[in-house]
Amino acid sequence: MASIPAGTWVEIESVVLTPEERAPSVPEDTKLTPYVMWVSGFLVEDGEVGEEVHVKTIIGRALSGKLVRVNPNYTHSFGKVVPELLKIGTEWER
Amino acid sequence: MSTKDNSYASVMARKNEIMKISTGLDYDTYAHSPIAFDYERMMDDTGYTMEDIVRIQHETKVGNTPLFELHNLTRAVRKISEPGKGARILLKDEAANASGSFKARRAAVSVFEAASKGYKGVIAATSGNYGAAVASQAVQRGLKCIVIQEVYDSRGVGQPEIVEKGRKCEAYGAEVIKLTVGPELFYIHLLTLEETGFFNSSLYTPFAVKGVESLGWEIGNEVRERYGKAPEAVIITHAGGGNLTGTARGLLAAGCEDTRVVACSVDLSGLHMASDHDFNRKSFTTGHTGFGVPFATWPDRADVPRNAARSLRYMDEYHLVTQGEVFYITELLTKLEGIERGPAGNTSLTAAVALARQMDEDEIIVVQETEYTGAGKHHNSQLSFARENGIEVRRGDPIDNIPGKTIVIPERLDQVWGRAEDIDHLRRSYLRNAARLRPLSDWDEEDVSFLAEDLKTEQNWIRLQMQEMNGE
Repeated sequence: MASIPAGTWVEIESVVLTPEERAPSVPEDTKLTPYVMWVSGFLVEDGEVGEEVHVKTIIGRALSGKLVRVNPNYTHSFGKVVPELLKIGTEWER
Repeated sequence: MSTKDNSYASVMARKNEIMKISTGLDYDTYAHSPIAFDYERMMDDTGYTMEDIVRIQHETKVGNTPLFELHNLTRAVRKISEPGKGARILLKDEAANASGSFKARRAAVSVFEAASKGYKGVIAATSGNYGAAVASQAVQRGLKCIVIQEVYDSRGVGQPEIVEKGRKCEAYGAEVIKLTVGPELFYIHLLTLEETGFFNSSLYTPFAVKGVESLGWEIGNEVRERYGKAPEAVIITHAGGGNLTGTARGLLAAGCEDTRVVACSVDLSGLHMASDHDFNRKSFTTGHTGFGVPFATWPDRADVPRNAARSLRYMDEYHLVTQGEVFYITELLTKLEGIERGPAGNTSLTAAVALARQMDEDEIIVVQETEYTGAGKHHNSQLSFARENGIEVRRGDPIDNIPGKTIVIPERLDQVWGRAEDIDHLRRSYLRNAARLRPLSDWDEEDVSFLAEDLKTEQNWIRLQMQEMNGE
């Protein structure tokens, strides 16, 4: 696999707290999961997906974590058609 | 690199010290007891007058937003009301602020304070519109910005609305720290404040809450100018309490002492806010009872020691609406009034419809905010996402809404009622929380006087409750 060149915009992941380290007030279902964070930044040295890497964030902070996404993008949308909404405001007078 | 112990317990133990450095405020100077503190002095000590706030906000594209009369919606409400009923509904279009929501008002003053005190950057811990507001204000004042957000459940699935809010923060050049579900967000917040030395642009500092005062001030003055009287009611979407507190204070500053201050939240009873499972089973990320009730009944659970946002201090009524009712009204606003706005901002509009029906035609009710809308942050996105997550979505009587299970979108406008919440119940809950902090037997005159003010009630009522609590 080709390595990701330094300077590429990537997303890194790190486990902040393991399930055992989580706050006492956390509900049972949440306590079973680790506390995880993601941040995007420019890759400092060439790296591979899944490797521990260093990044510089958009404001210049140095952070490290596991490289999980290259050129992380947004795909959120308006969703699928919700037929229940279509007639609202056209039917109310009838 | 820091040589400090960064374990969860150690960082939490340094909380007060970190807060002092990152807000420039020594909260201890206002405290009388674990309960009572000098709220008004804390607010006054910011040194910002209404004129200062208006000027600061004007510099960064905030404030002086349009106040629209919703003629078509008012007419629709009158058609389903008893003769002579159906108040005029006005809408303050806060989506017109830089970054698209009223949160810009809070961010404007907070970021100005940070810049004038010489901080190099600001940090906000929020999954709401406030993140984008702080990012937008920071970029205008030349400060760096970090936004800390709760975004994903343990499957890595994020609500479209929060994902969009993260995108918007990044669009304004902020670093966004995205986290899974959990209250440990506060730990990351403290750690990041300590590591960077940035300003804590908390929603709950006196600066942030002062920033909202201009909103109530503008409403009071403009309604009086156009209609020759103060509005009978102003309805405010309620979560952490800053929107309500700031708006109510601004209304008072504009001389609207008799205006009813009505809070409104989406009813999400039964869903746990820190639950990984429940996280994506709610279709509202703010303006709901999961924040509204705990913050009303104990404001000091916030990320600062003494919260400047104290909703029960100003609240006259509290109205709850269902998710389905808000989605219905959001669609109706678009189709009847020709403006598309985000659903969370329409929470109070939904309650306004219910309240307007009970008010006289010559009365005025003001809905004091809107928010921007777009991909992800749209009722269609939210409903589509809910359906994908196994929530039933259908038309029917909104009384059948079950948070986390069923969203029932009303079939007709006359089914939009919501329900009134008992404020005395909230007040009693606040008192029980206070008793956990300081035993009831230790409460002195200063505490009783503070509690009466903080709950907008009489000292005798507090004493009566104390007697009842003693008997429990």
